[in-house]
Amino acid sequence: MQLSLLFFALYRDLAGTDRKVIMAPQGVTVAELVRFVRALPGLDWLPAEPVVAVNQEYAAPDLVLKYADEVAFLPPVAGG
Amino acid sequence: MRSRITHEPIDTAAVLEMVWAQENGAVLLFLGVVRDHNAGRAVTGIHYDAYSDMAERVLTEIVAEAAARMGTERIAAVHRIGELDIGETSVAIAVASPHRAEAFDGARYIIEEIKQRLPIWKEEHYLDGDKGWLDGRVPMAASGSDRMVDDDAR
Repeated sequence: MQLSLLFFALYRDLAGTDRKVIMAPQGVTVAELVRFVRALPGLDWLPAEPVVAVNQEYAAPDLVLKYADEVAFLPPVAGG
Repeated sequence: MRSRITHEPIDTAAVLEMVWAQENGAVLLFLGVVRDHNAGRAVTGIHYDAYSDMAERVLTEIVAEAAARMGTERIAAVHRIGELDIGETSVAIAVASPHRAEAFDGARYIIEEIKQRLPIWKEEHYLDGDKGWLDGRVPMAASGSDRMVDDDAR
């Protein structure tokens, strides 16, 4: 199924892009997607347990993803 | 309650204006400002990056939580993103309440939660031409924002 991956700040620099559309196995969890993404070319730097937001909400590793979800990988935050 | 993520310079007087009300004896304005040094290095400016749509949502949640804690809706929080120079305001928080204790508590709650979970990042520019993303905090993502509120309230 198709998913949009978003990268911000340091992760955008490392990915060389702010957005990537990928095809992932149907019904993967967040944790499974992270393993899948880390195996893609140029994305092996992604931490094994990154902070993830799905459709703009912080997501737990066991959340099951759906078609067209927006999955953002977030470096540790530093607002203020 | 007002909350906003903006690329424009923050009009701090306007943020204060949003919360004034006759029944309130305490009005507090907190400003986060870009300083000229960090960790022993001379800083010339900061680039703030954000997941803007999510940051709008999270800031709205934080302000609503503060309102529930304080028992007042007289709260405004604005975070600026983009390129900021030394001395410019990156975040402005205004709260008003009948008495000072709730106002200080509410403003403190908002800035601490911003630092803990607002999806915004700082890239410092240094005098020597170098630049770098600052280390941040890991939001407790396991059960979403509700979990974070419970933890803070213990």
